[in-house]
Amino acid sequence: MINPYLPLEAEVVERIQETPTIVTLRLRLTDPDARHRFYCAPGQFNMLYLYGVGEVPISIKSGPQSFLDQTLLLDHTIRAVGRVTRALVKLEPGDKLGVRGPYGRGWPLNQAGGKDVHIITGGLGCAPAVSVVHELLRQRSLYGRISIVQGVKHSDDLIWRDQYEHWAKQPDTHVLLAADQADASWRWHTGMVTGLLDQLALDTTRSLAMLCGPEPMMRASAERLIELGLAPEQIWLSMERNMQCAIGHCGHCQFGAAFVCKDGPVFNYPAVRALLGTRGF
Amino acid sequence: MGTPGFLPIERFQSLIDTLTDDGFRCVAPQVRDGAILYDTLTGVQQLPKGVHQEQSNGRYRLHNTDSPRYFSWANGPQAIKPLTFAPREDLWYAEVNSDGNLKFYQAPTESEPVAVIGVRACDLAALALQDKHFLNAFPDPYYEARRKRLLLIAVNCTHAADTCFCADTGDGPEVQSGYDLSLHETDSGYFVTAGTLAGEMLMHRLPLEPGDDALYSDARNEVSHAGESQRRRLPQQDIQELLFSNLDHPQWQAVAERCLSCGNCTQVCPTCFCHSENEVPSTSGQSTAHQRQWDSCFTPGHSYIHGITLRKDTASRYRQWLTHKFGSWQSQYDRSGCVGCGRCISWCPVGIDPTEEILQISQSPTGEQA
Repeated sequence: MINPYLPLEAEVVERIQETPTIVTLRLRLTDPDARHRFYCAPGQFNMLYLYGVGEVPISIKSGPQSFLDQTLLLDHTIRAVGRVTRALVKLEPGDKLGVRGPYGRGWPLNQAGGKDVHIITGGLGCAPAVSVVHELLRQRSLYGRISIVQGVKHSDDLIWRDQYEHWAKQPDTHVLLAADQADASWRWHTGMVTGLLDQLALDTTRSLAMLCGPEPMMRASAERLIELGLAPEQIWLSMERNMQCAIGHCGHCQFGAAFVCKDGPVFNYPAVRALLGTRGF
Repeated sequence: MGTPGFLPIERFQSLIDTLTDDGFRCVAPQVRDGAILYDTLTGVQQLPKGVHQEQSNGRYRLHNTDSPRYFSWANGPQAIKPLTFAPREDLWYAEVNSDGNLKFYQAPTESEPVAVIGVRACDLAALALQDKHFLNAFPDPYYEARRKRLLLIAVNCTHAADTCFCADTGDGPEVQSGYDLSLHETDSGYFVTAGTLAGEMLMHRLPLEPGDDALYSDARNEVSHAGESQRRRLPQQDIQELLFSNLDHPQWQAVAERCLSCGNCTQVCPTCFCHSENEVPSTSGQSTAHQRQWDSCFTPGHSYIHGITLRKDTASRYRQWLTHKFGSWQSQYDRSGCVGCGRCISWCPVGIDPTEEILQISQSPTGEQA
């Protein structure tokens, strides 16, 4: 029987210091067979295991393309906030760790064909959205207009600035950035990310919105999009909770009746709307 | 259906001997430290003969009587759950060599056949719920191995405790399904019914006598009476809807004034499945065990996420436990997560009764009812 708890060994191939507290680890599974078998959909996550310390769920930034062309690097962007993540970001190229996954339901790409896709993210919520942007751009002709909206607390917090500039040059692709506080060099919006949603020029008949970031930001954005004419069913968002097993057994990630690890992390907005923002859930 | 075969009480040892001959370890109730616990048993003299129970809010006491019966009590703090979902177990091991390479090994799964004697209707209902949870789309190999080795010999309850409300949840006191063999207890012996082929094969090897119709009828009446004697009830309404439309009800704060957030209710609950995973490194530094152990939604760590504890206070933790157990279980597994065993009432140090808390909310709802 396949044991869903058992990690596979992986090696850190590259370590990228994004900000003082954010690091991207590029990982390669050491077993070639496991590498060939591995495939994930945008929006899914892996459990990363640091020897003797423990496991944490981290979204997979790499798009499916990197698996198809066998470069097979698993990119994970990690913010050092807890016991495990503070230790994980100290890994260097050549260090080994454990990986199991992928887990969860990703973004609804099967519903996005022919539609405008609006990706609205906040803070490090941009990481789980990178893979979906890559996938949309890889098959650009399948989709309508693409908007990429990212908000940060301070302009210094923006990571992957070059990537946003590259995306902004793609056909019918619009990048909008916001910082709650900005220094003088910031040439985008200063204020909340919701302040940018009016600029999306939404075609409400053929749009999907994908949201990832802090819950107050996702809730405010979703409600604003509804005011602008989107149906709640056109909005999807990626949730986070304490996850230890990643297969719906350990109980920590429950959000009402949903197990975020297996029923999510990406949810249709109506499924989470009632409890989102309720303290204690 | 006719009257089942009868195992005279003086031949009850033959059940244990037959199971032992078949390679089973028998696990059965016994008195230990003033409570009834399930543990390895080799002889009938270890069974709680004549023991009666007194259970009420925050209270559990045993009394000895002259009764010849072994099962004239309702339940102890645990029954089957620790046999299938272990309180603590190793999931896997990691080893690191001098080059820093890692190797992962699965911990061995349990395979020793175990026969449990004295399983109650509420415990079987709880086991069916745990099966739904652990043997879903990602079958848990540790649970599955422990589960498959079990042979279950049920006893119909004749002595409900004051805390029992299985009749209200529809799970007892008569066993309904999920057993290999079931017993109706009388002063002189046991009526034996098989629920599976394994149970039938076992039954045919027991020294059974033809059963007396009148005695069997009395035995069944005792079980009915055990249901009728129960007085705790849940409101007859959609409790999931009730609880989730009253998330700001003042009762949550009122119960938090009494609740110690100790987690006893979750530890004795036969359906609670939450567990944490922990690393236990060896002193050599070269290997580590990845363990899981029972967790509780009453701990701060249960709702921890990237530096934040989502449920900081007792009110939100109690609300999580109650809205899950009686509410969101319905969406997850098509029924309430409560089987009416009443353990959480007896073993709560301050005697909180969830049926009473739900009743309070039901009688003065603050939210909109659909």
